[in-house]
Amino acid sequence: MSILVDKNTRVICQGITGSGGGAFHTKGCLDYGTKMVGGTSPGKGGTKDANGLPIFDTVEQAVKATGADATMIFVPPPFAADAICEAADAGIRLIVAITEGIPVLDMVRAKKYLADFAGKVTLVGPNCPGVITPGECKIGIMPGYIHTPRTSGKRAVGIVSRSGTLTYEAVWQTSQLGWSQSTCVGIGGDPVKGMDFVDVLRAFQDDPETEAIVMIGEIGGTAEEAAAEFVKKHVTKPVVGFIAGRTAPPGKRMGHAGAIISGGEGTAESKILAMRAAGIHTTDSPADIGTTLVRATGG
Amino acid sequence: MKIHEYQARDLLAKAGVPVPPAKVVETAAAAEEAFIANGMPLQVIKAQVFAGGRGKAGFVKLVKSAAEARAAAEFMLGNRMVSPQTGPEGVAATKLLVAGAVDIAHEYYVGLVLDRAKSTASVIASAQGGVEIEQVAHSNPQAIVKEPLHPTLGLQPFQARRVAARLGFTGKQAGVMAGILLKLANVFVQYDCSIAEINPLVLTKDGQLLAIDAKINFDDNALFRHADIAALADPAENDPLEVRAAKANLNYIKLDGDIACLVNGAGLAMATMDVVQLHGGKPANFLDVGGGVKAEGAVEAFRILLSDKKVRGVLVNIFGGIARCDLIAEALIHAGREVGFKVPVVVRLEGTNVEKAREILAKARGELPTLKTATDLNDAAKQIVAATRAA
Repeated sequence: MSILVDKNTRVICQGITGSGGGAFHTKGCLDYGTKMVGGTSPGKGGTKDANGLPIFDTVEQAVKATGADATMIFVPPPFAADAICEAADAGIRLIVAITEGIPVLDMVRAKKYLADFAGKVTLVGPNCPGVITPGECKIGIMPGYIHTPRTSGKRAVGIVSRSGTLTYEAVWQTSQLGWSQSTCVGIGGDPVKGMDFVDVLRAFQDDPETEAIVMIGEIGGTAEEAAAEFVKKHVTKPVVGFIAGRTAPPGKRMGHAGAIISGGEGTAESKILAMRAAGIHTTDSPADIGTTLVRATGG
Repeated sequence: MKIHEYQARDLLAKAGVPVPPAKVVETAAAAEEAFIANGMPLQVIKAQVFAGGRGKAGFVKLVKSAAEARAAAEFMLGNRMVSPQTGPEGVAATKLLVAGAVDIAHEYYVGLVLDRAKSTASVIASAQGGVEIEQVAHSNPQAIVKEPLHPTLGLQPFQARRVAARLGFTGKQAGVMAGILLKLANVFVQYDCSIAEINPLVLTKDGQLLAIDAKINFDDNALFRHADIAALADPAENDPLEVRAAKANLNYIKLDGDIACLVNGAGLAMATMDVVQLHGGKPANFLDVGGGVKAEGAVEAFRILLSDKKVRGVLVNIFGGIARCDLIAEALIHAGREVGFKVPVVVRLEGTNVEKAREILAKARGELPTLKTATDLNDAAKQIVAATRAA
């Protein structure tokens, strides 16, 4: 078992011909074994991409022709919020928005639009590395080989993170220490987004094959504090936590991480304290995420 | 993106928010003329810099005559402003705002920011204006009124009236206050702001509401549709290295430590800074070279890091996903040849094409004697901290 995606997930790429990564990563996902079934690129409908996948003008056409139930969005930032709405309207079940740099108020409006599809549509991202169920389905830009499939028979950890490359770091450490991953979800670093920690934690708690959970947060906002509260009340599995940005100076925006501290809210300390109070096994060093998991689970 | 107070004031005035008469000047002589033109007995001269702490540093001054205006302007234009927010080198002011001072009956705070938890913008208001809103939020949270905007319809008139009522306004003044809130909310949405605040919004003794100071920041990601706003940027206010990095598509923020970090990904970059500190070092910067980094960008990154004179060592931490380790390794050698590594450099590479990268680095070892490789993140941080201490 896994969450969100498995070997039966049928995926299209919105922005499949684009230089923004759509073309490159469609091939990466295909090579990994994802059931990529087509893509969209307005004005290029009726043609095929370099991998022979059919290209459509609209998501509606793509869904009708391919039976796709998930999408990976690489549409450039000015048009990406519209692409998210289009996917929801066309009946896509899982929208994974990779695009970085979408105006915040565009996401505010898109999220309101998605509220009409509550229970039918799940959004992951934007500005995220994507979702992967190792060995079955990769939707996103993460390097596939660092992951370990559940089918290896190894114990499985579920990983949820606001960061991209820091997620790879955690995945790699758990793989090196003999674990597999049930599913890894990069929820993205933007202030207004789809799934948050709580949504993913709930899914991992309900997934019988996920034995433990690693959550990687960042400074800024209060999502980690809310997640800690949720863990305290509803999660019985061991949870390992790390917060990036202890040394970040207040008021500075650390790159595209969306991480900014203001007014004492969202500091690394407040998040770490909340996580500890919830029984989460925290580590101060990003290099010790894997070993902390081993300690927390007795193996 | 940030803009200056006078620019924020212009935007608000254009939107119909009442402001006192004011002029922007660049010389002491012009400050004197502006005082006369404004025609008010008491005026205030304010240096236009981003950093706070202007009042205490003497860069906001009340003046009662044209001669006093001239003297204050001469001081502000002739000295660098040093405050807790500027660092010891201070900042230079090139523009001053000469504005009419008013008789204050009460100061309010009104602002708009994004409420992450609600996924929409929200009005924040308080009858305790003139101080930092964060302080009020901390010491007296019930004194803060919040009103979330509808995600697509924006702030509704009834909401603006409700905020005015909660701040204690009645009668005609309540209507004026509600109007100001609606205009401020329009500015926020129309220009894709990340913050838009008036602090203080002053009630004068003769019953007028006036915006005395304003701060507006914009969502960088939305500047593509606001060319007029993008043109207001003041590059002189940014660190020259940060400006240079932005041109090369690098996310660079200068800090005050001595161990430079070069990392791909913002989260990993922050975590790398953390691990350096954990081992007793101090990071000199945040640098995310991004996933799609090309050779030229990586070399420029090294040039920028090494041009910071405080830097006594460099830690390179790359987890190749989209970014390829071999490309970083080649850029490293190229940079070493070009600028010379006089300081220790510790490299930790993992991910895409890591084997190839290790070969490249091994071959160049003789050429770059200060370059060391690390097996993992802990090892890398330990090595660079030890090396900079020894140096």
